[in-house]
Amino acid sequence: MSAAAKNRIPVTKTPKVYIGGAFVRSESARTFKVSDRSGAFFANMPQCTRKDLRNAVEAAAKAGPGWARRTPYNRAQILYRLAEMLEARSGELVASLVGFGAREADAARGMAVGVDRLIHYAGWADKYAALLGSVNPVATPHFNFTVPEPMGVVGVIAPDSPPLLGLLSMIAPVIASGNTVVALASETVPYPAILLGEMLATSDLPGGVVNLLTGYRRELVPTFATHAHIRAIFASAGSDDRKALRLGAAASVKRVRFAEQSGAGWFADSAQGLDLLRDFVELKTTWHPIGS
Amino acid sequence: MPAQKRNTAAGSRLIFGDLWEYDPAPETADPKLKERYDLFIDGRFVRPRSGKYFPSINPANERKLSDIALAGPADVDQAYRAAARAFPKWSSMAGRERGKYLFRIARLLQDRAREFAVAETLDGGKPIKESRDFDVPMAAAHFFYHAGWADKLEYVAPGRRVSPLGVVGQVIPWNFPLLMLAWKLAPALAMGNCVVLKPAETTSITALKLAEILQDADLPPGVVNLVTGAGETGALVMGHPGAAKVAFTGSTEVGKAIMRQLAGTNTKMTMELGGKAANIIFDDAPIDQAVEGIVNAIFFNQGHVCCAGSRLLVQESVADRVVAKLKNRIRVLRVGDPLDKNTDLGAINSRAQLATIRRLVASGVREGAVMYQAPCELPERGFYFPPTLFTGVTQSHRIAREEIFGPVLSILTFRTVDEAIEKANNTAYGLSAGVWTDKGSRILRMSTELRAGVVWANTFNRFDPSSPFGGYKESGFGREGGRQGLLDYVTLA
Repeated sequence: MSAAAKNRIPVTKTPKVYIGGAFVRSESARTFKVSDRSGAFFANMPQCTRKDLRNAVEAAAKAGPGWARRTPYNRAQILYRLAEMLEARSGELVASLVGFGAREADAARGMAVGVDRLIHYAGWADKYAALLGSVNPVATPHFNFTVPEPMGVVGVIAPDSPPLLGLLSMIAPVIASGNTVVALASETVPYPAILLGEMLATSDLPGGVVNLLTGYRRELVPTFATHAHIRAIFASAGSDDRKALRLGAAASVKRVRFAEQSGAGWFADSAQGLDLLRDFVELKTTWHPIGS
Repeated sequence: MPAQKRNTAAGSRLIFGDLWEYDPAPETADPKLKERYDLFIDGRFVRPRSGKYFPSINPANERKLSDIALAGPADVDQAYRAAARAFPKWSSMAGRERGKYLFRIARLLQDRAREFAVAETLDGGKPIKESRDFDVPMAAAHFFYHAGWADKLEYVAPGRRVSPLGVVGQVIPWNFPLLMLAWKLAPALAMGNCVVLKPAETTSITALKLAEILQDADLPPGVVNLVTGAGETGALVMGHPGAAKVAFTGSTEVGKAIMRQLAGTNTKMTMELGGKAANIIFDDAPIDQAVEGIVNAIFFNQGHVCCAGSRLLVQESVADRVVAKLKNRIRVLRVGDPLDKNTDLGAINSRAQLATIRRLVASGVREGAVMYQAPCELPERGFYFPPTLFTGVTQSHRIAREEIFGPVLSILTFRTVDEAIEKANNTAYGLSAGVWTDKGSRILRMSTELRAGVVWANTFNRFDPSSPFGGYKESGFGREGGRQGLLDYVTLA
């Protein structure tokens, strides 16, 4: 190694959140300090505000119709592409998880499960409609059929542990059916979500389909609960946050689902599947006369 | 002669219905009402602890029909305890046996269909032709359809083990009393749940008559418990800690209150709430059929329908023609005695609802929309409201935004398909929508773009037990009917 390389000062990264397909700081210019496992300063994270959340909802709402109109095959391929991006950069993600305190083996396994989970949902994208929908044998001369449709903008509140696998496991079933997402990353380990944003940006996923915020839960939960354009909430939350979310959700009859997994539960196959897709679709029934 | 008078008033147009007067054609079957109805708990009729009763009146003439028991906290608690006791045996009974009870209920209801239809019309005010041809047969169909699911739980969610939830609390509205009861009870029971149900305060009678059928069917005690009363009783049913799940059909306002009431609990919920459906008429629609569809969409059951087509969106190029035909059509709608077989619009369900309708109609006039009411004589006693149209309605008018739940149609126009979609979706509700056009591809485009749980193409207000029904947005969540509806009454493992 040359002397120059040895003495070189590394270039550190400014973490920015991924909103509407762009990397931005909080509109408030606020940050919060994050330290690594040794307690050393790591970086300043954007401390997103209600206004950032509202901006993210706007971006998600704009991206919604286009994403919902993509063919299921296309959404499947984009999810698969995202898995490819994560697999290729899994070393960096594992290192970031380890850097914030995860055990190496857990981080590596979580990464593997996360990538496999994306592929699981990539496969669902063009199949769930056949299982959740139906042609209904009504007793009048009508062709009557039921199809699932995306709800619109869904708010995701990710767990602190595991920070990345939890976030991925909650986002994937929601976007597979054509919803768009505004997600709040773990408050204690937010950096992997910053990396995830960089991978989303290179995965063919249209900007605005997934928007990732970092910041303080207590500042953002009330707005997640009450923002009328967020049509559903998928949250990993304790009992106080649960109550606050459901109270706020009542004002706009928002659908609320809580993730019941904790810790190792996120690694299990039971943390994925068709039920989660079903919780974030609406069922539409169309009646068409049969005759002439 | 009144016919001539009406013709003169409308100029010299020939109106079919003006040519002759109809003779009265009252339905005379005996509704077999009791003077007093008690609560139905643990398979028996029991007096309420408080000893209090409230009257149920006939809205067509304001005469009292029966006294109905008022359930308080102790009664609701007793009902939940009875349901919890019945649950282990009912949920573990072989599905084919459980199904037989539901088949029996369907058959026994069919046997007594006319009696139930008359009772429904007396208690709620709806025309006998609707209770006879729609409410009661459809209620029986719901029991029959769901009976067949009871032994097929493994097909409800492929690859998953399905089990009942436990005791379910249900509160239903007054617009389709028996039918809403069937929508709620049948899937809950088929999946092996037990039920505590509260009918609406003004329309409890057919629910309690159905309790007689449950006894005749030998349904095990406690599987279904009926508690009667007003909103306070409803809140007790929804908020009881013994409920594994609650299902509510009613106004969005009350639905939100229940969601708040249960915010700190783990009780599962489904909500079937209000609507402000757009009924969209394109210029290539078969206009005469569409006019019949518009009438059915808004005047069915006096407009007391959550999915009523209460916002008419007409393409501008045919708007004058459609409105002219519609005015002619509603002039011959017959408003009056609900028991008369020729009646099209019966009585408004209650004095309170009549006041709500009048208040919103007054706001329409005040805000500048143009009102047209069919010239018709209303009975002197009872609660009635004539079929009413508003033209010149804008999207910001209250009558275009709020659910009126009465025979009042707000008419708006549009020019392009995109404008129709935008206006149709410009509402907090999302229960249903109608599309009238000759173009198949346009129907499917509209059906895809409309944010509503049910889309009727070239038809309106069609229902079937095999067809999932339920809302988007503030019209609620969960589905009733079909395989999809069953999933709201089970847990998956």
